[in-house]
Amino acid sequence: MPARTPLQASRSILLHIALIVAAACSLVPFFWLLCASVKQGDDIFRWMFLPWTNLGSLTLDNFRRLFTQQNFGLYIVNSIFLSSMFTILVVSLSSLGGFALSKYDFRGKKPLMIVMLATMLLPAQVLLPSSYELIYHFGWLNSYLAILIPGAVSVFGMFLFMQAMKAVPDELLQAGRVDGCSEFRLWWEISLPVVRPMTGAYTLMCFLASWNSFLWPQIILQDERKYNLPIGLANMMGMPEYQTAFGTLMAGTFLSVLPVVVLFFVLQKDFIAGLTSGAIKG
Amino acid sequence: MMRATLWKLQARYSPYLFVSPFVILFCTFLIYPLGRSFMLGFYKTAGPRNQLFIGFDNYKFLFQDVLFWVAVGNTTLYVIMFLSIQIPLSLGLAILLNSTLVHARSFFRFAFFSTHLVGQVFVAVMFAQILSVRGGLVNGLLSLVVGHTVQINWIGDPYLARVSLVIASLWLSVGFAMIYFLAALQAVDQDLYEAAEVDGAGKWSRFIHITIPGIKPVLLFMILVGIIGAFQLFELPWVLFQQSTGPANAGLTIVSYLYVTAFQGGDLGYASSIGWMLVLIVLMIVGTFRVFGFGRDV
Repeated sequence: MPARTPLQASRSILLHIALIVAAACSLVPFFWLLCASVKQGDDIFRWMFLPWTNLGSLTLDNFRRLFTQQNFGLYIVNSIFLSSMFTILVVSLSSLGGFALSKYDFRGKKPLMIVMLATMLLPAQVLLPSSYELIYHFGWLNSYLAILIPGAVSVFGMFLFMQAMKAVPDELLQAGRVDGCSEFRLWWEISLPVVRPMTGAYTLMCFLASWNSFLWPQIILQDERKYNLPIGLANMMGMPEYQTAFGTLMAGTFLSVLPVVVLFFVLQKDFIAGLTSGAIKG
Repeated sequence: MMRATLWKLQARYSPYLFVSPFVILFCTFLIYPLGRSFMLGFYKTAGPRNQLFIGFDNYKFLFQDVLFWVAVGNTTLYVIMFLSIQIPLSLGLAILLNSTLVHARSFFRFAFFSTHLVGQVFVAVMFAQILSVRGGLVNGLLSLVVGHTVQINWIGDPYLARVSLVIASLWLSVGFAMIYFLAALQAVDQDLYEAAEVDGAGKWSRFIHITIPGIKPVLLFMILVGIIGAFQLFELPWVLFQQSTGPANAGLTIVSYLYVTAFQGGDLGYASSIGWMLVLIVLMIVGTFRVFGFGRDV
């Protein structure tokens, strides 16, 4: 590194001040959220962050109330179930379909891809009324089937895997065939490992999208015991005991956001490892 | 012999087998509802069971429907306010972060990007509290600055409600846009800057003549994504304004109007026609971008 001139040093300091201010704008709301969720009663209005003169008054009551007075535990379980099932379905369907589009020529492939491409630009919201009608006729209202089965269709995912699977060498597949691999195993044991880093990123994206999903589940789910976290929290916000629920609501938001951030942190390392190791060489 | 035939069959038919789950679901839950929604646009309905064919009346009514135009107006206003802050802010941050002088770049990158992991609903719940009149973070900080208690009604006032929406939306998306700009900046040819410096070009002219053309595809992409995202906005305002369209309908968007019409009013037909107007608007925006020659990038 070259020696620093005084001018450079002062520029560097200014630069870092600007970045720290910007980072604070991003991070302070998280910190404020955490603080609000461990304060009790009027402390929330009296102290902006923590009651510094009386830290003994901090409490976990808000979290306790979430699980005793609200169905929050149930919402978490529902959200975890819905998000994992959704992710598994979308990723397996898209990778299998994308593999077929990428590595085989079959009748109807061109028209299929053209129709798929044409639907990509459509705002999905136009489908809400007619999908609701369809689900109504299926008798799937208030059922998770209505969320998971239509949700398994991802044109974006199909194209993503189709593009990524082009990196799988045809010679490798041919060698697999000669060795007696079934076509299914060519997908599962040869092609999927090659696109593992991309699969990881896509898995995380799908999980996030489902974890944060609100509009369609809100339309479908009527029984409060089936709500996911976004619906549960949004409804808690509108409750009449709004004033007392302030801290509880913040505790709930904190718990909803935390797993996503942690998951991203953990998987971020996995992506890098996946990228550097590489499934095949040469 | 038998085994060999089976083996051949599985090789020939497996591609069909592999795409069929997708194709079946794609046709059932995307193609069929799409056609059906087009049909529904010509009906007046009360729930899924009562339907009356009314031809183009839904679309005729849409053009005189004040609420629909309020929604379009809200969205236009929002997109202008949002993009005119988001683009310069995230590009500026990316330029700062791209400097060779920066320490702990990955920390800053994570700090900026982390907000994007939070879903719209959670952001809305958070900002409803952060902007609340009593005990809110923003009023608290303002009180500190001014020296007396500030009680601004950020959410309840029809004008400030729009500002609140933009603030929450910026918090959610500035870091995300910054990541894109950062990647674009790193792809700009560094030799160009050196050559320009030799030729005596100032900082500003280097920014205008090298940086902007270099990142133009990403810049246009972010503007397009911003506009399309704005027209599809629903969760953020809906939850921020406590599952309503906001004070004096300041938080009414096209999608929330569709939602209210279909699922609170029960008119799936009229809601479908609102949906098709949304399709038309989005296609027009994308078309405009293409006509002006940004086609291949977008």
